Amino acid sequence: MIELQQLCRSFQIGDQCVHALDHIDLHIERGEYLSVMGPSGSGKSTLLNMLGLLDTPSGGEYRLNQTATSQLNEEARATLRREHIGFVFQSYHLIPRLTARENIELPLILAGIAPKQRKPIIDRVITRLALTDRAAHVPSQLSGGQRQRVAIGRAIVMKPELLLADEPTGNLDSVSGREVIELLEELNDEGITLLVVTHDQAIGVRAKRELKMIDGRIASDSARPAITPQLAP
Amino acid sequence: MRIADLLAFNLKLIERQRLRSAMLLAAIAISVMAINLLTGIGEGGKQFVLGEFNLLGKNVLIMLPGKKETTGGIPPLTGETTRDLTLRDAQAIARLANVSAVAPLIAGKMEISHHKLSREAFTIGSNRAFFAIRQLEVAQGKALPLLPFEQGQAVCVIGSKLRKELFGPKPALGQWLRAGDSRFRVIGILKDKGEGLGFDMNEAIIVPVANAQALFNQAGLFRVFIELRSLDGLQQSQQRILALLKERHEGEEDVTIITQDSLLSAFENILNTLTLAVAGIAGISMLVAGILIMNVSLIAVSQRTREIGLLKALGCPARTVALIFLSEASIMALSGALLGILISELLLATARGLYPTIPFTTPFWAQLGSALIATVTALLFAAIPARKAANMAPVDALLDKKAGQA
Repeated sequence: MIELQQLCRSFQIGDQCVHALDHIDLHIERGEYLSVMGPSGSGKSTLLNMLGLLDTPSGGEYRLNQTATSQLNEEARATLRREHIGFVFQSYHLIPRLTARENIELPLILAGIAPKQRKPIIDRVITRLALTDRAAHVPSQLSGGQRQRVAIGRAIVMKPELLLADEPTGNLDSVSGREVIELLEELNDEGITLLVVTHDQAIGVRAKRELKMIDGRIASDSARPAITPQLAP
Repeated sequence: MRIADLLAFNLKLIERQRLRSAMLLAAIAISVMAINLLTGIGEGGKQFVLGEFNLLGKNVLIMLPGKKETTGGIPPLTGETTRDLTLRDAQAIARLANVSAVAPLIAGKMEISHHKLSREAFTIGSNRAFFAIRQLEVAQGKALPLLPFEQGQAVCVIGSKLRKELFGPKPALGQWLRAGDSRFRVIGILKDKGEGLGFDMNEAIIVPVANAQALFNQAGLFRVFIELRSLDGLQQSQQRILALLKERHEGEEDVTIITQDSLLSAFENILNTLTLAVAGIAGISMLVAGILIMNVSLIAVSQRTREIGLLKALGCPARTVALIFLSEASIMALSGALLGILISELLLATARGLYPTIPFTTPFWAQLGSALIATVTALLFAAIPARKAANMAPVDALLDKKAGQA
């Protein structure tokens, strides 16, 4: 489903060129559950933004469902995001003036879906996330865990194939953090491809496939054990 | 995005961010109001001045003694023998074919007293025709009687303010006033009316012209108002009057005739300056309004860069993002402009109530212009930052990179 070939992303900071992503090759199958770990500045968020088409590569190619994305314009990338990708951010990024229900509804509205068709979809998502009695509340009236559930609801309401979560538990206490990660894992069990960027070792190891990043490179990938020189038997 | 959803989204924004919306609405409304009020007051002043000139009918000529050279050139160095304009001259004019009425005028300040109260008042000597020509109405009693020019009568008509000052609450009709060494019986009181051509008729006393000649001990007339039967042949009538006076004054043309048109054209410079001043005031207030709206719009949009980032992450095309912000700005601008016009109309109506003589009205061009300028600036300065944010990489907008790097 996802194919990265020699993907690069560099930033000019002052007169220094920083390689946030340094020739990355990565292959992700549909339905996989990955965690990306690594120290700050190792490029894990840049990788997530790249996979989410929020950022454009400086070099290399990214294929999403066999579509080469590097040549696409912003409009086409927006359409791909809308139809295939859901985002969960550390700071939720909910619109403060909209209620929980309206925040979840937003992607459907932007996609131009008729109100009649929207209603059953949102109802299902709200029930699924156990937010029924909080649906009419604005984010400031919700707890952190509830806010992140609303954000997850918004991410999955368009039924994307890929769910990208950037430190989804970073602002949460351990109990709500675990609830959120369990919710994401349930969604993965239902078939969604899940990629979680995290600092938290305990969360990282729950993934079926763990990536470790250092200095813009994938230092280890549990699916492809490092080829260490082995002594001949 | 569907139109209904777009509207709902914007209305929610306006409804749930009341402070921000109120600020933007107030900025636009105040700007539009300022433009409308200022031009309304300026226009009111201009119309007031114009109205003053229109007090004289178009078919009324004013004759002054002496020749005013308006053609330039070297002024006559020899001393001019200015003959007086006499009542006989006025009588001769009254006999001309196209002349319907003639009002001779002598005017000056005179001490007027009643019992112990006394006051210096503007004293006018004229006749019955003067009332019609100057459009003076009598509130109580009657106007001066119809008399031959040379015949006096000890009666007077006084302005409402003079009446109040001399008689207070007591009735004035039939009472006697002293002016100089003559006495006059009050036979009429003028209706309250503002100033006209510099005379405050509310403070004036009008007596028959023959009496005024005696009072001021002066035979010469200050001026003569001539009312023509019709406007056709205005030029010819003017020529005939001048010819008549030349004949009567031993071949010398020593009077000047002023028409309303010539008076207006003489004041054209002043009126043009007034119009320019009004336009200048409008221009400056539009500029200030534009900058005010610009700032509030800029703040409103830059506060929402993260929201734009989110919309883009959710797959909203740049075009839709721009549409959301533009439609919101138009709703705000239009309702703000409407509110501003409404408030300014209300205030001007109040001002008209307080000062009925000055016609405070905002010209249509100012209303349209202010609404247009408000809408265009609000749209422009919502569009520029919204466009910029919409064209940012989604990741930069989400993190609001501008703020982050600062």
